[in-house]
Amino acid sequence: MFSYCTDPDALDRLRWLSCYLTTGVHFSFYLSFLKVIGILAVTAPVALAFGFFGAMSARSSIAPVSWLGKGYIAVVRGVPDIAFFLFFVIALDQGFEWLRHQALCPDWTDPIRQGNDFLVCPQAKLPLGTAPQAVHQTYAFGLAVVTFALVFGAFAANVIFGAMRAVPKAQLETAEAYGMSPRQTFWRILVPQMWVYALPGLSNLWQVLIKATPLLFLLGIEDVVYWARELGGTKTARFTAYPHGDWRMWYFLALLVFYLFMTWGSEKILSRLMTRLTRGQATTGGEAQRRGAAA
Amino acid sequence: MKSILLSTVAVAMTATLALADGHSVVRMGTEGAYPPYNFINDAGDVDGFERELGDELCVRAELTCEWVKNDWDSIIPNLVSSNYDTIMAGMSITDERDEVIDFTQDYFPPTASAYVGASDGADWENGVVAAQTATIQAGHIAEGSATLVEFATPEETVAAVRNGEADAVFADADYLAPLVEASGGDLVFIGPDVPLGGGVGMGLRESDTELKEKFDAAITSMKEDGTLNTLLVKWFGEGTAQY
Amino acid sequence: MSCVQTIQDYALRSIGIGERLLPRSDFTVCEQVVLIGSGMIWNVYFGFMALATGFFLATAVALGKGSANPWLRKPAELYVFLFRGSPLFIQFFFAYFVFLNLKRVYPFFDPFTAAWLGALIVLFLNTGAYSAQIFHGALQSIPKGEVEAADAYGLSGWSRFRRIIWPTMLRLAWPAYTNEAIFLFHATTLVYFSGFPAWQQRGDALYYASYFADKTFNPFVPYPILAGYFILLTLVIIGGFGLVNRRLNRHLPANARSKMKLRPNLIR
Repeated sequence: MFSYCTDPDALDRLRWLSCYLTTGVHFSFYLSFLKVIGILAVTAPVALAFGFFGAMSARSSIAPVSWLGKGYIAVVRGVPDIAFFLFFVIALDQGFEWLRHQALCPDWTDPIRQGNDFLVCPQAKLPLGTAPQAVHQTYAFGLAVVTFALVFGAFAANVIFGAMRAVPKAQLETAEAYGMSPRQTFWRILVPQMWVYALPGLSNLWQVLIKATPLLFLLGIEDVVYWARELGGTKTARFTAYPHGDWRMWYFLALLVFYLFMTWGSEKILSRLMTRLTRGQATTGGEAQRRGAAA
Repeated sequence: MKSILLSTVAVAMTATLALADGHSVVRMGTEGAYPPYNFINDAGDVDGFERELGDELCVRAELTCEWVKNDWDSIIPNLVSSNYDTIMAGMSITDERDEVIDFTQDYFPPTASAYVGASDGADWENGVVAAQTATIQAGHIAEGSATLVEFATPEETVAAVRNGEADAVFADADYLAPLVEASGGDLVFIGPDVPLGGGVGMGLRESDTELKEKFDAAITSMKEDGTLNTLLVKWFGEGTAQY
Repeated sequence: MSCVQTIQDYALRSIGIGERLLPRSDFTVCEQVVLIGSGMIWNVYFGFMALATGFFLATAVALGKGSANPWLRKPAELYVFLFRGSPLFIQFFFAYFVFLNLKRVYPFFDPFTAAWLGALIVLFLNTGAYSAQIFHGALQSIPKGEVEAADAYGLSGWSRFRRIIWPTMLRLAWPAYTNEAIFLFHATTLVYFSGFPAWQQRGDALYYASYFADKTFNPFVPYPILAGYFILLTLVIIGGFGLVNRRLNRHLPANARSKMKLRPNLIR
């Protein structure tokens, strides 16, 4: 990176460190922090959508739909998520390929499971065998997002389901009295009003989601944990210009600080959002705000 | 720069023409944590004996290749489910693995596995011995009378000896040699060398016979003209076994 | 090999009793069920021990957090923030490396790098922080009438805490504490996936499940088995904590008893 980095052995400590921390591998490490933030940014809305539809189907008056929604919530929450993560990614991948195989290669006669191999026709491969590495990485990332969203969607569904029931009945009855159809009541009254009840649960969920991101490591994504382990390990002089001992403790300390900062920061932001949403609501928080303003 | 680009494109085009089964880009899976076989260099790229060998094999087989990293734990499952097409990760050819995947002929002769401890007196026979999970070395220790302690990466097995977690580490002698050399006496070879496995080969899916033949032919040609030996000496030193 | 034989060989494999070698080929469903079940011993051990010890730490920290004295309050707040604000997964890794470094200097720390102690300490500190937060919330919402009544009866200090505040705190916190317990048992699956190594292939349920998934290249059998075990374990926890809840609320009229709301949590 810097011009003086050509001979690291001859440098004093500070300069050595500045060179060491700017090697190509370290940029991959820094990039992995962005990956974590990226997966959070993508997963949160997708999980919220899953949660919303999960809650809607759990509320449905059609029995099978309601069972489906409730079953989804119950099963995902009863099992350690790490088991889901290890299981879902392979299952999803093979599931998608199987579907595409059925659609794209109807004439294929070979069995899909040949011994240990899972073989679909080349056109059905995801991503296509011809795709560049970037596409493969994006696909792996996408699978991780869907897996995360499925798991967290179940928790979000539970929160939203509870929040929808917490909206005061009188508000819905008033809407009916004004002649709104059930659909209008749902979209114009229930949905806007439920957020204030859902937010405490959802913000808790967001904190948990942040803390779940190190598990990306188990999904084969080269995330912060992967690089901390790789970079922190002892390095001998034969294979690197920057040999060092076992530094894994310090790398993981950096990760701890990163996560503490993330959770601390989002707590601040979420509590502001809560104050905003509480405005004018028929809750103790809203009442306190009203009194505060009056006084 | 331009000429390199052009030649890559040319190779890519011949490869596409040559391959009807969708392998226009052959994805090479490796661990990236097993120097000198494979490791990540300071620039963040896959480097090492297998990188250099693999690139040369691809040129000879007229294939476009691309390197992919994968954890050792799941390196075979991911090959089988077609996330990449080959494994070059210092993987010894064993019957157990051969049942699940196919191997080319060996590109690294059958070698010894060795014990390394913190001192000459370390108890490798009945003490605590570290090995990487799901390796032939781990299998060997599990069958003996020593206490096996498993780690996910080779690096951690050696770290376990350094910090007293284990009495000895059992791994490929060629992986351990540079570490012992660089340790300045902290690590020493102990006990006898144990020949394990049938050499190191490239792993492929059992259904991928065409690709296997191509790489087999390329390895044969490198063995014949001596370039493989040159590479072996370059990465493993003069004393290493050759063809 | 019959299934009874398999049970004899592998039911206690995770604590080192029985067959030394794990099955290597021709895996039967019976082997998978037995070995993964054997691994559950560790999940139960970690979860149970951490809960039993963490409970007392949590009570002390919750009191510290509610204390007017900043010398007690600040450290308690910092501790809760550190352990609730960072992922357990990273805490495991970090603790393992810290113990390694300590061990080099003080031989006292020798056993700490083994999962049975090192991971237990992390889980103990972690559940201590989460439960302390729950107990703190409960302490804040103790009806002030109850405390005033205790004062009126001449109770003070330890006896007021022991007989009035503590039982009420538990009663209010219990539903949330049940979730924390479920959540902690699920979290025990992370132990062998972090820094802590498995000795002689003795691991928890997930360690064996992933062993089979690796060997058979088929995740569709071992993981559902694991899931089944955990759903069972979750039901047992709900049952056990439900009994305690009944006891804590037995003095209340039937319609005022707080119903257990089950909100099993997820990874931390």
